[in-house]
Amino acid sequence: MDLYEYQARDLFESHGVPVLKGSVATTVAEAVSAAEEIGGVVVVKAQVKVGGRGKAGGVKVAKTIDEVREHATNILGMDIKGHTVNRVMIAQGASIVEEYYVSILVDRAHRQYLVMASTAGGVEIEQVAHETPELLAMVGIDPLKGIDRALALSIVQQAKFPSDIEGQVADVLVTLWKVFQSEDATLVEVNPLVKTSDGRIIALDGKVSLDENADFRHPDHEALVDESATDPLEVAAKAKNLNYVKLDGEVGIIGNGAGLVMSTLDVVAYAGENFGGVRPANFLDIGGGASAQVMADGLSIILSDPAVKSVFVNVFGGITSCDAVANGIVQALSMLGDKATKPLVVRLDGNNVLEGRRILNEANHPLVEQSDTMDGAASRAAELAGKAGK
Amino acid sequence: MAIFLDGNSRILVQGITGSEGTKHTKRMLASGSQVVAGVTPGKGGQTVEIEGHAIPVFNSAQEARAATQANVSVVFVPPKFTKGAVIEAVDAKIELVVVITEGVPVHDSAEFFAYAQASKHTRLIGPNCPGLISPGISNAGIIPADITKKGPVGLVSKSGTLTYQMMYELRDLGFSTCIGIGGDPIIGTTHIDALRAFEADPETKVIVMIGEIGGDAEERAAAFIKEHVTKPVVGYVAGFTAPEGKTMGHAGAIVSGSSGTAQAKKEALEAAGVRVGKTPSETARLLREIL
Repeated sequence: MDLYEYQARDLFESHGVPVLKGSVATTVAEAVSAAEEIGGVVVVKAQVKVGGRGKAGGVKVAKTIDEVREHATNILGMDIKGHTVNRVMIAQGASIVEEYYVSILVDRAHRQYLVMASTAGGVEIEQVAHETPELLAMVGIDPLKGIDRALALSIVQQAKFPSDIEGQVADVLVTLWKVFQSEDATLVEVNPLVKTSDGRIIALDGKVSLDENADFRHPDHEALVDESATDPLEVAAKAKNLNYVKLDGEVGIIGNGAGLVMSTLDVVAYAGENFGGVRPANFLDIGGGASAQVMADGLSIILSDPAVKSVFVNVFGGITSCDAVANGIVQALSMLGDKATKPLVVRLDGNNVLEGRRILNEANHPLVEQSDTMDGAASRAAELAGKAGK
Repeated sequence: MAIFLDGNSRILVQGITGSEGTKHTKRMLASGSQVVAGVTPGKGGQTVEIEGHAIPVFNSAQEARAATQANVSVVFVPPKFTKGAVIEAVDAKIELVVVITEGVPVHDSAEFFAYAQASKHTRLIGPNCPGLISPGISNAGIIPADITKKGPVGLVSKSGTLTYQMMYELRDLGFSTCIGIGGDPIIGTTHIDALRAFEADPETKVIVMIGEIGGDAEERAAAFIKEHVTKPVVGYVAGFTAPEGKTMGHAGAIVSGSSGTAQAKKEALEAAGVRVGKTPSETARLLREIL
């Protein structure tokens, strides 16, 4: 889960990372009162989980309360790369003399953690890595050892920070490690880390991603979830414990196993090229135990998506038995009754497949047809969606 | 021959008294695996009766190893306790630890992977994987044993169900070993580890490699194939239609910016001489053309 900047700021503050005052506002009135409380020059910053806010006009300095009102009015409701701005952060202003970069992340390739540090901050770090790699220090971190003060100092020196601020930056790095480790983060990034005219080192903008698998030891992380920014179908699916991702096509997909479902989406997209370019409407993995209830929950989510014109149920019975899946489909359709209105193409294979196919044949539901192969079923589902029109 | 798992594998099941542990122990036994012990803390001294086998339960992996010479562990314990279970198995000098559990925090995986590496005696597979099977010889994990038989194909995959699908497509040929390495961001055994072992295994004549979006493991595997693999390899990559920034079921299956895309993986594999199928069925056809 990616956090908003204001959430990252709050998290930083709670772990002792130096930050400026800031508070979040959802209305112009709240923005004004936040600015009055902070006092002096403030920055009105759009809170969206996408880069390029500044260029889009989502970050503005306000020297007076009137300017706060003006900027908040303009920024709230603004669209930045498809993200609607529902919140702004009112951040204390600062006089910046230098901009740096520092991050800690999970390094998949080396199966450990990685610190990146650079004196070239305030720009995309990919750009620094590409154009001036000599300005970027990358240091692997042993997960069993972490980052102590000595290592932090060595990293800061490798990144060639000016010697007069080495100690301060090393201290910040140690506190960022605390955030990374104690919050189960997969990414903690500060860009820019700034030096102010009065010599302080401050995390001016932060990006944090948290590992949802670790939620069991962080009950407080639930409060950081922003359902308003999530697709309503995804919210409904999550409430039913379904692994669902909304996409923009017309063929609803249900399958078992993440890899097989991803593959199903691809196969449908290829088949769709022959039928007016129809595409998968969603990712939905019902996992190993495809009970009637799970199948009904999944089908009802997919059928409530107005973009869906046909549904492809693709199950390989490895551990799951195909007869159980077939019974699940039949029962799900009877539970849904009149709400089931779109054609279903079902491909079952693997464990107990003959019995599964027999059950579906016997039920003889008018919306259901079967196909023996994954490629054939994908083509048929795409054809049905294509006929129904985009 | 087979890789990582053979006739000498003596399996310990950590979490044997849980519902998944019991269910899959039964399946492993039915497929001929030697399951010699179980571990559930607090239930040491009990015996689990499964399919006519009486399997002793121990409080720790250490005790289980001492009493039964178990050398492979299959871990079914819940995510909260997985790190502790793996570290215990490493301390007990278990040579192969297969972590089936899904939903393990990535920091825990990073820690127990580092711990296993430092031990120099434990190979880790997973987490969030279906395990591995050497058909007709041994089965450690949850892969169905009745799909196919022993044969010349070696299979390594990030995904469980795509493993089963490919085993099914090529069921008449049979497999030396099928290994599901798992879909998490940090996993113990990689495509490269499996490719290296298949290359060295005389019974494996041809290799299928299945990847998916996220990370750059497939790109690195492609570079490895170019340098070190002489046996033919066919590939499949899932997730061409996955949007940027969305996790597709597996915790590690995510396209970040322009990195981790299926297209980049496919191109890297093809540049290394690997033929890559558009669908699982086409991949199976490509393999048949090679054999």
